[in-house]
Amino acid sequence: MTECCGPSQPCCGGTPSDYDYGPEPFVSGEVDTFAGPVPRVSTELTDCDAAGMRRVRLGIRRSHYRVRPGLYAIGSPDDTSPVLVTGNYKLTFDVVRSALRSRDVWLLVVDSRGINVWCAAGKGTFSTAEVVRAVRDARLEQVVSHNRLVLPQLAATGVAGHEVRARSGFSVVWGPVRIADAAEFLGSGMKASPGMRRVEFALRERAKLVGVELSVLWRRETLIGVALFVAAAVLLALFAPDALPPVLLAAAALVLGVVAGAAVVPLLLPWLPGRAFSLKGAIAGTLLVAPLLAAGIAEQPAPLWAWGALLGGVTVASYLAMNFTGSSTYTSPSGVEWEMRRAIPLQLVGAVAGVGLFAAGLIAG
Amino acid sequence: MGGLRYIDGVATLELDAEKCNGCMLCTMVCPHAVFVVEDRVARIADKDACMECGACARNCAQGAIALTPGVGCAAAIINGWIHGTEPSCDCG
Repeated sequence: MTECCGPSQPCCGGTPSDYDYGPEPFVSGEVDTFAGPVPRVSTELTDCDAAGMRRVRLGIRRSHYRVRPGLYAIGSPDDTSPVLVTGNYKLTFDVVRSALRSRDVWLLVVDSRGINVWCAAGKGTFSTAEVVRAVRDARLEQVVSHNRLVLPQLAATGVAGHEVRARSGFSVVWGPVRIADAAEFLGSGMKASPGMRRVEFALRERAKLVGVELSVLWRRETLIGVALFVAAAVLLALFAPDALPPVLLAAAALVLGVVAGAAVVPLLLPWLPGRAFSLKGAIAGTLLVAPLLAAGIAEQPAPLWAWGALLGGVTVASYLAMNFTGSSTYTSPSGVEWEMRRAIPLQLVGAVAGVGLFAAGLIAG
Repeated sequence: MGGLRYIDGVATLELDAEKCNGCMLCTMVCPHAVFVVEDRVARIADKDACMECGACARNCAQGAIALTPGVGCAAAIINGWIHGTEPSCDCG
């Protein structure tokens, strides 16, 4: 990966002021203001931006994909141009600047610690205090002659509009949920239609999340586990060749369980029965793992160890699907806790029984 | 939402209509159209759609809205259980 695709980063501990944001190839010139020159950003995304997007969508070094907070110009804004506010996750920054192509606006980037607007607002890094600080640091009152900020609606979880006005003098207008609607919003006198205010969770959006959900597969812990498993399988093949097929099938059942929970549930979310994600996951897991075992086992009735493998795969699918609540756009913490208090005891029973049946089946087998 | 609904009957959202001044901000910041304003007073129209993000309560200058806000994320809640803290994502 070339240097323009991201700075080499020390880990999370760095305070915002000494964070190494790396090169800024998206800056193309400057706009002069009474507060000094403001960098102008390109609205065209490059191959590097696309490569960075693919990387973070696979969950790789996602928390180190940031742009320097501060004021940027898009097009040729003047003192009457609108000020749009966003966070400093570079994926967000890229989507925003490319959506504002052919417009003249100021873009005030808040230090959301490299986190997207909604999550940052939820965890308090995109906050009233950060917006007030960004306005002050940019000396915004010297850049524009109005006193209005357009904030993304999803920042409202962390930002109180009336407090921003009291503390900065700038009033907050809540923009649309999706930046794709920004042009229409700005063109219609800053009026959002009801549709612009609703969060959706369409197939396209869910599909983008699959890479991050599956990234559990390429975490270091998983890779170490796979290496240990391969070593164990080699030993097994040498000393107990009869046990090898069940062990391989059980491993395949677990992998399919991961795929069911981390990919099938996000993709088929509206069509899987039930409302609890753990239930959707258990159903998707059964649909994937049962045919695999049926195809891989000749004996009738199925041996005990196969039931253990099935239970293991279904439990993994249920657990990972339950964790997908965090990526969804409509689950309440009260609902997730309600679901977890019921699902986790069942998942524990499933895990213990799965391992137990598998081991007992092999020993008896 | 394409028919996507979560668990019913659990949301902690409450509205004190006595305090409401009809400013409409709750209808603007809510991502799931939980509120409607009729005759200059807000009403909870779809409580089960509430995801408890807290945007409405934070932006109600009248303090008319009460709820326990948070992230609807199993991993965050497990983190909270393990560390004995409030639910929190491990990511940053």
